[in-house]
Amino acid sequence: MNRLEVARAGLMVSVQARPRTGYLAAGVSPSGPMDEAAFRIAQALVGNGDDAAALEFAQFGGSYRVSAPCMVAVTGGAAQVTINGRAMPLWESHALRPGETLEIGPMRGAVWGYIAFSGGIAVPELLGSRATHVRNAMGGFEGRVLAEGDLLPLGESALAPPQRLTEIFHYPQGPIRIVAGPQDDRFDSRAWTLLLTEPFSVSSRRDRMASLLDGPLLRAIGGHDIISDATPAGSIQVPGSGIATMLTAERQTTGGYPKIATVISADLPRLAQMPAGKPFHFVRIGQDEAEARLLAERERVEAAIRSIATPV
Amino acid sequence: MVTIKPAGDQAVTVEFADRIDAAVNARVIALADALKARPVEGIVETVPTYRSLLVYYDPGRIRGAQLMPLLHERVEHLTEGGENTARHFRVPVCYRGDDALDLADLAEIKNISPEELIALHTAADYRVYMIGFAPGFTYLGGLPEALHTPRLAVPRQKVAAGAVGIGGAQAAINSLSGPSGWRYIGRTPLRLFAPERAEPSFFRAGDMIRFFEIGADEMAALERRAASGEAIVESEAA
Repeated sequence: MNRLEVARAGLMVSVQARPRTGYLAAGVSPSGPMDEAAFRIAQALVGNGDDAAALEFAQFGGSYRVSAPCMVAVTGGAAQVTINGRAMPLWESHALRPGETLEIGPMRGAVWGYIAFSGGIAVPELLGSRATHVRNAMGGFEGRVLAEGDLLPLGESALAPPQRLTEIFHYPQGPIRIVAGPQDDRFDSRAWTLLLTEPFSVSSRRDRMASLLDGPLLRAIGGHDIISDATPAGSIQVPGSGIATMLTAERQTTGGYPKIATVISADLPRLAQMPAGKPFHFVRIGQDEAEARLLAERERVEAAIRSIATPV
Repeated sequence: MVTIKPAGDQAVTVEFADRIDAAVNARVIALADALKARPVEGIVETVPTYRSLLVYYDPGRIRGAQLMPLLHERVEHLTEGGENTARHFRVPVCYRGDDALDLADLAEIKNISPEELIALHTAADYRVYMIGFAPGFTYLGGLPEALHTPRLAVPRQKVAAGAVGIGGAQAAINSLSGPSGWRYIGRTPLRLFAPERAEPSFFRAGDMIRFFEIGADEMAALERRAASGEAIVESEAA
């Protein structure tokens, strides 16, 4: 079996795969990639299907070797990616042979990067997915982030011609769109005005569970404790500190803070990739429009995947 | 009055009330059961909580605007099934030694003996209101008022899996080891979460629990059996 060796670990490198579904009522949160679009495109570039696992890293990728030839692709922001010192563009697949070292330097303009290997990372599925939930030490490779010297199994694959996206994949621009609720009525017009007029930015206090937002403090009328209820991805919950906190892939399944709004699914990857300190504004839209944006975004990712071709 | 609200673009929340109440929770679970028995195309998953059901859906298959009236209709025709189908369990707890982290302190605060505290804790019927926060973490209602105690000012960095705790008016059983500000008076050898089981979380919302005391030797023996995958607790006929 082909083996992947972590020659030097990047930051927060974890095995990720499609989110875990069907176990929320048992307290198991979905996990999965922070930027599903970049993850799926990386997988498609090396010919992997939807069940396959790849690596996710935070800002610094590390270096890797394989024991049998395979194709690799790196997606995310801009980064220096080399194979044995030869520069390798992102959003393209390249051959990686035994004895060669794939090296990924710091990523600029994005937070999360993805490294896909043809054949996929062949860790066993746990509750229907190979995704790692780092906080719960579940799934992926021993339920943890990777360290130097780790050896991971890779699925079988043949060397295919290199492939790339025909067009560069861009994220949507403009303000971050939110749907009010479910506890929007716990915030008065002053809190809502602050949320919709003042700039916010993602603080450096972020991980796979949640991102704290820098910006005005929000006050809930009647206190910041609610009877715990369920917490979807994108929930903007506001604890007693008044600091808006957005829940992401490794969020807990239920929580006891009021949720003023929910970031729309189409804007979640963009917010996950937003560099710390970069200001943005929120704008409120209806649920129906948010659904339409999600369906359009899904189609855009599918179109990008369909556009993958071997350069002539 | 039931309200149904958007929770983003892939979920709606069905709120039955804004209080912790067994009858309200039973309605939440009855709706979850009804949606399992007679599925609505496009619903992906539901999460029962104390007083609301979060319904995840795929907007590619059903839109929120179509789903919300359907859910209203389901709620109107809800038959109270939750209580009849409740499973009952007797759960062993060791209230001694290292497992009884806060038992002595709590007895002192309450001005009762540790034995009286254990007697109070084991005499009550607890309801599983929901599983959440972490895999298998079990939120319980039914804690006797004499045992209501605020959480610790400074949370512990690590509390063992199976620890049996008190937080305000709530009780709980820890599923995985981790940080917690609850007060812990004992520990159960029961494995609350085991991903290899067909149903990974041992308890479900709606289950009923009564604790009983075991000694340290029995605790060790049951833990060994539980670690080997044996079922050490069975549900009793209601």
